[in-house]
Amino acid sequence: MIKRKLVLSFPEKTVTKPIIYKLVKEFDLEFNILRAEITPDMEGKMLIELKGDKQRIDNAVIYLSENNVTVQEAAKDIIVDRDICIDCGACTSICITRALTLDKKTFKLDFDKDRCILCELCIDSCPVSAIKVNM
Amino acid sequence: MAKTIEEINEKIKSGDVVVLNAEEIIEYADKKGVKKTAAEVDVVTTATFGPMCSSGAFLNFGHSDPPIRMEKVWLNDVPAYAGIAAVDCYIGATELSETEGIKYGGANVIEDLINGKPVKLKAISHGTDCYPRREIETFITIDTVNQAYLFNPRNVYQNYAAATNSSNRTIYTYMGKLLPNFGNATFSSAGQLSPLLNDPYYRTIGIGTRIFIGGAQGFVAWMGTQHNPSRERLANGTPAGPCGTLALIGNLKDMNTRFIRACSFRNYGVSMFMGIGVPIPVLDEEMVEFLKVTDEDIYTEVFDYSVQRRNRPSYGRVNYKQLRSGSIKIGKRDVQSGCISSYARALEIANLLKEQILKGKFTLTASVSPLPLEQEYRGLEILSQEEL
Ligand code: SF4
Ligand code: SF4
Repeated sequence: MIKRKLVLSFPEKTVTKPIIYKLVKEFDLEFNILRAEITPDMEGKMLIELKGDKQRIDNAVIYLSENNVTVQEAAKDIIVDRDICIDCGACTSICITRALTLDKKTFKLDFDKDRCILCELCIDSCPVSAIKVNM
Repeated sequence: MAKTIEEINEKIKSGDVVVLNAEEIIEYADKKGVKKTAAEVDVVTTATFGPMCSSGAFLNFGHSDPPIRMEKVWLNDVPAYAGIAAVDCYIGATELSETEGIKYGGANVIEDLINGKPVKLKAISHGTDCYPRREIETFITIDTVNQAYLFNPRNVYQNYAAATNSSNRTIYTYMGKLLPNFGNATFSSAGQLSPLLNDPYYRTIGIGTRIFIGGAQGFVAWMGTQHNPSRERLANGTPAGPCGTLALIGNLKDMNTRFIRACSFRNYGVSMFMGIGVPIPVLDEEMVEFLKVTDEDIYTEVFDYSVQRRNRPSYGRVNYKQLRSGSIKIGKRDVQSGCISSYARALEIANLLKEQILKGKFTLTASVSPLPLEQEYRGLEILSQEEL
């Protein structure tokens, strides 16, 4: 029995429900949806934790890929380099989960890691390249 | 009782001056009333820290032996304009490197110079009798060059438009990354902290006004390019869109990269974050009326940046309180909003300037000549000689 955290990206118009349902029904996996969002370009993003037999999880990942779902390991982290960041807030309008916000009092950038779904939309929005992905 | 700038400077010297930043004055005036505030407060500090493309620096390298009349100049492979005297050049913030492209530009050269890093200078010439050298390649730093001063043709916009994107693809603009289908909206102004929004009719800010620029003391040199003061204004004097601008000058050798930073907008190019602070003397009650302006009283218009025309469609007006809350309404939609200039860093500059005035290190200047309040704003038409 193992656990794996994955980021799933569903292209526009993919019916997501039966796919997730199949993970339970056909692959006998337990899952926990940590975050799910639809980005403005209509892509579905889901941060999901799968629990079950290793071989079954591998098979499920193959099944997802065959159904046009992009699967990425969630072993990475979004990191904001505070020494470079100038607290402009350009990234805050991009972050749909509100993991990136400006503090209401100090107007400095707040990054709430727990809300982040690793969509990476923020990375190229930063004019001073303060946001990085840590693999 | 009205005050003069001389009287305020006397108070700065004697250490009796009362200074507030443009945020603090709001509550102060609200509690004490306009009359008392005008009597008690001497100076209000305003500031902004945002990307300002129309920036650059004049450098004078000093003469080599034998000397050269530089006709083309590169600094770290970024072309600088050399069509002036022998060893003078102008390095513009948005000029891109011929080898690194969008990753490195004039703003980065300026930042490297301020940080004391060595910069490669290359220049060529056809050679003259008095300037025989035809080529030079050497390294310079901010300390080895004869002079280096920033001259920014257009900074400190008095308000700016907000941007959104109605199309179905992500677009990359100088207003940042704009997500499809009204995915977000961006804006760029320090609002209630912003210099020209606190002195909307340029009563005190004019040519010759001493300012904080990039960490140094500098001056307002002229009206900025595209200065457009005739724009429609609200009852409080603030315009609901881009209006007045300033041309600024300051010694690069005294600057600090906490307050001037190179930046790069994806698929757009290099620009420079400029930190500017302007002290405003509280001459009388009318100035307090202007200075107590809040984000809620200042409006701007939201434009659709996916329409690639000079006049883009507008989605109406919003105020800066709404914009800064992180969400605005466009029609029936809630759209996430974010600033591309830094309010936090602007506040830091306003507080630093306040401290400098309190310590007697920064005195005020009366303007030598006012900025125009009327000025025609022209677009560029594509015409043949006969049509002119
Ligand atoms: S990757 Fe960036 S934009 Fe996406 S959720 Fe995380 S912080 Fe927000
Ligand atoms: S866009 Fe970059 S510099 Fe601006 S607040 Fe976000 S991380 Fe900081």
